[in-house]
Amino acid sequence: MVAYRYDGSFDGFLCCVFESYVRREVPVQILSEEEAQVSLYPEKWIGTDPDRAERVYTSLSRKISPEARELVETGFLTCLPERERLLYRFIRMGYRHGAQVTSWLADDTVSTLRKAAFSAGHEAHLLTGFLRFSEQNGTLAAIITPKNRVLPLILEHFSSRFNAETFLIYDKTHHMALVHRPGQDAIIPMEHFSLEEPDETERQFRALWKQFYHTIGIEGRYNPKCRMTHMPKRYWENMTEFLEPALPNGKPRADALFSSTNRERLC
Amino acid sequence: MTTIEKLTILTDAAKYDVACTSSGIDRGGKSGKLGSAVKMGICHSFASDGRCISLLKVLMTNACIYDCQYCVNRRSNDTPRATFTPRELADLTIGFYRRNYIEGLFLSSAVIKNPDYTCELLIQTLRLLREEYGFRGYIHVKAIPGADDRLLTLLGMLADRMSVNIELPSERSLKLLAPDKSKRSILQPMGLIAGKIQETRYDLIRYRSTPKFAPAGQSTQMIIGATPDTDWNILRLTEGLYRKYGLRRVFYSAYMPVSENALLPPKGTKPPLLREHRLYQADWLLRFYGFTAGELLDGQHPNFHPLVDPKCGWAVNHMEQFPVEINTAPYEMLLRVPGIGVRSAQRIRAARRCRSLDFDGLKKIGVVLKRAQYFITCSGKMREGLRFTPESVLRALISEEKQKLAAQDVPEQLSFFTPSPTTEPQAPVAFPELAQKEA
Repeated sequence: MVAYRYDGSFDGFLCCVFESYVRREVPVQILSEEEAQVSLYPEKWIGTDPDRAERVYTSLSRKISPEARELVETGFLTCLPERERLLYRFIRMGYRHGAQVTSWLADDTVSTLRKAAFSAGHEAHLLTGFLRFSEQNGTLAAIITPKNRVLPLILEHFSSRFNAETFLIYDKTHHMALVHRPGQDAIIPMEHFSLEEPDETERQFRALWKQFYHTIGIEGRYNPKCRMTHMPKRYWENMTEFLEPALPNGKPRADALFSSTNRERLC
Repeated sequence: MTTIEKLTILTDAAKYDVACTSSGIDRGGKSGKLGSAVKMGICHSFASDGRCISLLKVLMTNACIYDCQYCVNRRSNDTPRATFTPRELADLTIGFYRRNYIEGLFLSSAVIKNPDYTCELLIQTLRLLREEYGFRGYIHVKAIPGADDRLLTLLGMLADRMSVNIELPSERSLKLLAPDKSKRSILQPMGLIAGKIQETRYDLIRYRSTPKFAPAGQSTQMIIGATPDTDWNILRLTEGLYRKYGLRRVFYSAYMPVSENALLPPKGTKPPLLREHRLYQADWLLRFYGFTAGELLDGQHPNFHPLVDPKCGWAVNHMEQFPVEINTAPYEMLLRVPGIGVRSAQRIRAARRCRSLDFDGLKKIGVVLKRAQYFITCSGKMREGLRFTPESVLRALISEEKQKLAAQDVPEQLSFFTPSPTTEPQAPVAFPELAQKEA
């Protein structure tokens, strides 16, 4: 009985899989560095080795299927508790039974994993719409607070759509940032980021957008519940239409978005 | 007049248009250009009425020469008027788009001076966006009925989706309420658009570089509840539009009284939201579930039952086709089971290739067993402990639906049952014997 601890990266996780097959042992737990949880079992530190990770990575496609590889990759980005253990179980099943495992939809492991991956993908899709940029000094900046680690999932969309712009998307939950300059993208760790005071043009566009938002709704069809189903309240705090000053039917929780502590400038 | 005042007036005038979809076309970004389009569409916000906001939906102008009775912008209505300049609107669109507020522009217009002039204004705006700003986002534009064919063609080349609103589902209603329009004047541009789309599709096979005409297709909208047209009329018309004109979407809009007119429901009448909802359900059945209008309604039963969704209604009336065996039934039949949607039908098809499915498995897949249980077997067995007769199935389905409606907390929707003085005596519903029982 042994628990693995790794550095929290995807490569690190793949190395855990490698280790378990080399040593012919099944880890009871796979914990990342940040997790404060102390294991009941003896812990073993698994170092990250890019070559080993690469071998496991290619084997996912070759021995299971490209679809399974994708599921593992997305699964790793989810906020599922004990996601490493679940992914490990799935990979074991995959090595044993091959490509068919991805369609075992009635199986507990597969269905939990697929649901989590689906909901991460869904959150990423919603954010491609709900994310709001502010212009500051010719560059664009946005803050999001997602449950899942969605930055890799939205990278392609935003860097293709706004390819000529310079922008930054800050994931406040996981302290990561997606930075784009024409021709290059990077996802980097970042401790703090907050938006600057808006300038005149930015203020004007915000006002125009709020005005549009509040005019387009039809009063006779007022249906706050329907709105909340499609656009859960947890997204509102970062959306321009709900920013202060407080609005009549949905006061935002804009928690000091404009506090200027620890301001980090883009570029 | 400032931009914000214009925006307010012209948004307010455009809000009764239902369509706000940005779907139907995939167009990746291009180096150095702004914008892209995503096939499934992206909703950027939801308004206080729960409707999606995906496009900047405004009118070019609301100064109209026509006098359609159901419309807020009719000539005889005393309301502030405004007109955007093409440059103003293009700048607004780009400013919103860069901040990721919107997916693109939905540009419609009242008819100012004459149809050709109006159409030219729209073309100028789109030209600015596409040619000067290099904008690659989504553009939905309204065809202006009565404008020259060449102008409409030009407009379609600049837009992703084009639409012409039918508004009133029968010639008789049109004559009464929109004397300046006729069925022909609406169907003519619709036919033109459908033809052009076909034409460029054919050219595309030969020359890859052919400019595309409205690549995301065409759509239309009908008003529900302003006239005595039945669901059967509306659904049949819808089906015809999908088949004949290859429309991508038909939208329905519950009528919101905007004027006092003896021919229309009085102000204060609640919009028939439930009826609109049922029509959308039926519309989905036509487009994704392989149903035909004739299966769902007929001359004897011209309206949907308010308490049962159209698919359940059909299933209960065709109990002889059930139960179906989950592990062997063809995909088309799975789609017809209440509680199984397109997604779960596809999942069942994939999952049963490896293992046979039981009721627990179905639940994990996402089938709504509450509804589906009456219509399916798993490996030859019905769900354990399930006893029912056709009547009790209907009662169970109704009580489930009622809870849903109650949970939505929209008691006014039920006013649909009480006949209002202006509408015809209540039309017969699909299950007369049941309607009595319920009453």
